[in-house]
Amino acid sequence: MNYARIRHATIQPAWVRISHWVNALAVTLMVMSGWQIYNASPIFAGVRFPAAITLGGWLGGALQWHFAIMWMLVANFAVYVALNVASGRLQRKLLPLSMRSLMSDLAAALRGKLGHDDLAHYNAVQKFAYLVVIVDIVLVILSGLAIWKSVQFPLLRTLMGGYDNARVVHFVGMSVLVAFFVVHVAMVALVPRSLLIMIRGR
Amino acid sequence: MTLRNKSGRLSEFASSHAESIIKDARNELKNPARRLLGKRILTLGGIAMLSGCDLSNDKSVNSMLRKMSSFNDDVQALLFSPTTLAPTYPESMITRPFPFNAFYDIDDVPEVDAASYRLQVSGLANGKRVWTLDELRALPQESQITRHICIEGWSAIGRWDGVRFASFLKQAGADLTAKYVSFHCADNYWTSIDMPTALHPQTQLTLGYDGETLPPKYGFPMKLRMPTKLGYKNPKHIVAISVTNDYPGGYWENQGYNWFGGS
Repeated sequence: MNYARIRHATIQPAWVRISHWVNALAVTLMVMSGWQIYNASPIFAGVRFPAAITLGGWLGGALQWHFAIMWMLVANFAVYVALNVASGRLQRKLLPLSMRSLMSDLAAALRGKLGHDDLAHYNAVQKFAYLVVIVDIVLVILSGLAIWKSVQFPLLRTLMGGYDNARVVHFVGMSVLVAFFVVHVAMVALVPRSLLIMIRGR
Repeated sequence: MTLRNKSGRLSEFASSHAESIIKDARNELKNPARRLLGKRILTLGGIAMLSGCDLSNDKSVNSMLRKMSSFNDDVQALLFSPTTLAPTYPESMITRPFPFNAFYDIDDVPEVDAASYRLQVSGLANGKRVWTLDELRALPQESQITRHICIEGWSAIGRWDGVRFASFLKQAGADLTAKYVSFHCADNYWTSIDMPTALHPQTQLTLGYDGETLPPKYGFPMKLRMPTKLGYKNPKHIVAISVTNDYPGGYWENQGYNWFGGS
């Protein structure tokens, strides 16, 4: 293996690393403040979030956080998606994704036989996970907009199945995001070199 | 060095990595601007790791959040369409019983005497300034079945009957170019709204609920009903209305709820 090449080839360009960490911060703050807001009127009986993992102190404070950080989340996500498409990174790294390769890589991963030798190349399970989380953030943003402005955006409200159902969609979107976060962090713990790459690019 | 003895290749790889990281870090820190940026990034990370309570007590964080909330007032004013109507529903979808909600318990609902009740209009208005309940009831009445959305997240559908607020404002000779309309209530609640929302066709001076006289728990003798705004923007037991260009604030708004509160 050529170490010199590995050291100098940038795997994650600066814009990916910056938008990744801005997104990580924004999502964390959005989820924590969102849990506090949820607690004011739980959708599912018995599902509540402990105060220690919420942000804002009270409903009004949590709403202030949620509606401030949403701009950070949306602006950063828009830049990330635009650069992903414009640079061709989306095509190169996350596509194509076939059901067959996803199944075989998933089977290999579950047997513990899916390697991470080349961190510049995503396996099918990774591609799937990253595409899901991109689509999920779109869903979280749109359902959030439908809750916030249910009167001003009638089409969006209808797409979300009405105001009350938009809250359920928003909750499910949050749950997928948190599930991704858990698996993502577990994977980083298993392959610490990927953290290094997301910090310094190589 | 002991590491190198155990596994030459691995430690060589690790140490060359470590060296290059340290070299990078040194280069970064040479530049004062970058050093400042680094410090700021660390601070931001530190802020994010604190618990919500500590964060919300921080003065600068709080003032940033208030500024963003006021920015969101402007955004909502831009998004607000004076002609887009909130959805209406059939009678069969009315939530029964419609929930009672206030900043106090249902036992503390104020009792307003219908005969001695007077609605005061003040500020930028040159028409009738004092209204009795009968005079309000004599104005043309409309009814709506709309969804009430609470800031807490829950919602309920109800039927409200009363006077279109835009036509009341015209009758009262209000300056319709003024920025705000503020409300003071018999339960000491107070809030204020923007003029475009005040003139929205579904904004109603509500005198009745579900075909009956408005009961005390929903705001007797009169409340303002706006399906384009969240519940706390819909004041009950209104006794005074003022038209003004000076930002009036509100009971919850001054504690941190967003002022525009539109949906």
